[in-house]
Amino acid sequence: MASYLLKRILAMVITLWFVITITFFLMHAIPGGPFSSEKQLPDEVLEALNEKYHLNDPLYKQYFDYLGGVMTFDFGPSFKRVGISVNDLIYSGFPVSAKVGGMSILVIILMGIPIGIISALKQNSPTDYFVTIMATIGVAVPNFVIATVIIYIFSSRLGILPSHGLTSWVHYLGPVVSLSGFSLAFVARLTRSSMLEVMQQDYIRTARAKGLDEGVVIFKHALKNALIPVVTYMGPMIAAILTGSFVIERIFAIPGMGKYFVESVGNRDYTVIMGITIFYALFAIVMILIVDIIYGLIDPRIKFSD
Amino acid sequence: MNKPLLEVKNMKTSFYTHVGEVQAVRGVDFHIQPGEALGIVGESGSGKSVTAMSIMGLLQYPGRVKEGEVFFKDENLLKKSQREMMSVRGNQIAMIFQDPMTSLNPVYTVGNQIVEAIVRHQKTSKKEAREKAVEMLRLVGIPSPERRIDNYPHEFSGGMRQRAMIAIALSCEPSLLIADEPTTALDVTIQAQILELIKELREKLDTSVILITHDLGVVADVCSRVIVMYGGLIMEEGEGGDIFYRPSHPYTVGLLKSVPRMDKAEKQRLIPIPGTPPDLVKPPKGCPFAARCPHTMKICLEEMPAYTQISKTHRAACWLLDKEKSERGGE
Repeated sequence: MASYLLKRILAMVITLWFVITITFFLMHAIPGGPFSSEKQLPDEVLEALNEKYHLNDPLYKQYFDYLGGVMTFDFGPSFKRVGISVNDLIYSGFPVSAKVGGMSILVIILMGIPIGIISALKQNSPTDYFVTIMATIGVAVPNFVIATVIIYIFSSRLGILPSHGLTSWVHYLGPVVSLSGFSLAFVARLTRSSMLEVMQQDYIRTARAKGLDEGVVIFKHALKNALIPVVTYMGPMIAAILTGSFVIERIFAIPGMGKYFVESVGNRDYTVIMGITIFYALFAIVMILIVDIIYGLIDPRIKFSD
Repeated sequence: MNKPLLEVKNMKTSFYTHVGEVQAVRGVDFHIQPGEALGIVGESGSGKSVTAMSIMGLLQYPGRVKEGEVFFKDENLLKKSQREMMSVRGNQIAMIFQDPMTSLNPVYTVGNQIVEAIVRHQKTSKKEAREKAVEMLRLVGIPSPERRIDNYPHEFSGGMRQRAMIAIALSCEPSLLIADEPTTALDVTIQAQILELIKELREKLDTSVILITHDLGVVADVCSRVIVMYGGLIMEEGEGGDIFYRPSHPYTVGLLKSVPRMDKAEKQRLIPIPGTPPDLVKPPKGCPFAARCPHTMKICLEEMPAYTQISKTHRAACWLLDKEKSERGGE
């Protein structure tokens, strides 16, 4: 187990290095820079700025300097927000994104899995049809449409939900619903189909032949097997949702990481692009590692081979 | 004759599917005495497994027992609620299945799956149940059971898994064990071991056994009495000697000709039975075997023959045995 973890962590470092390198050179390969804008800056100013941020250095030097910074978890200063470092942006943006994301994840797990189970157990009943239809809609409608519809109906027409900001718990309703819509529907469908498949297995018949209560058959024997594919989906999903949705944060004017990320790309704010990309990548790989470990806990057939 | 342990009377089971009512079992009568081993043979689709599932109350939607009675220790199992059946299943009637590779839950240890059955039916602590589970594993011939009890099913071989299934089934000392094709998925040497184990435990624990199989050799080895099923009906019933040496139904004769025999000196060709079993959505009006029978007469296609009692233990349903009627309506 220990050497398995060590191997995985080494692989994570290599993955991150690829992410850094590819992002860095692609970003610099695009013409223009952080300080090229429609209003041309005077040459001396531009020169001074480039000098200050080491943009005149040869690219390989910039690259190694940047790598050195990353090693010490210093993502450098933002080029566009004077006096603010990328670390500051992550510290201020991530908790906001994580709060909205965390609630969405709770909603997805606490509603998606039970809905899927109920739907499977009542296969071909009106409940099942209702769930299947809602889940198909949930998967098909993009989150920005859900967000816009919520704002239009509940904020603009009915005036019962605030349209922006995050100052009270009511503010969370809109973003959380929009953010969880797709995954909630997806998890419900996944749980349903997985549960249906498992309920057909021979070991379920064995469990019933032992005279076990239907509750034990479902929650002990079926559920643990049925959750294996759901857990697989969960890892990348949690990473994606916790680190914030660019679109949702934009629509509801939430000061999360997603918003900074979109702005930084538009602004060519090199360090912010890099910093947030690395943070997101790191988060995603860690979540996948956690999922793999949980996987091994659920399914004894999976061995952590060294 | 003693009071039978289990008595099935005119049981009919159907599956209500979108293509129509599949009449899997069309009225079967049989009984089993305490401590007896009864074999049910027949090819795929003859209704033998459905008969077992009906007795256990394990039929899944859209299957339903539509008629008949199943008396077990003087109680009609078909009248019992699901909740009442739960304390019969695994406790008084236990069952093992065809494929041991998929019959155990892969995510729990073998021990967990035995203990669970014991705790469900007997008032014992977890610790006592575990001791009992070790004892059961030893009884079914698992080496070093104290250690193997904490293994997961994938760490067991096929034969060991079937042994573990038998340990689960017998852990609550049931009076009846239904074994549905218990050796079909195992290779031949393991088959013999599992059959030997079933035979040995039946004597040791005084459990009645219903052995369902398509393999006549298996039945001859274990069972004292045999039922031959075809098209959801019992074609012939008798003691081992009746069936193997004095078969009276052309279907039984056909089955015997299609398996190799060691007791005949001269070389024999195996003769398959041509054709396939009948469609049970629209079962034939007459004898279900008429379409494949070498002796078919006109009356066979029109009317199902009644059982002819050949001896005290031996009966068969065939017009050939009903001299009077077949001569009048036959040819």
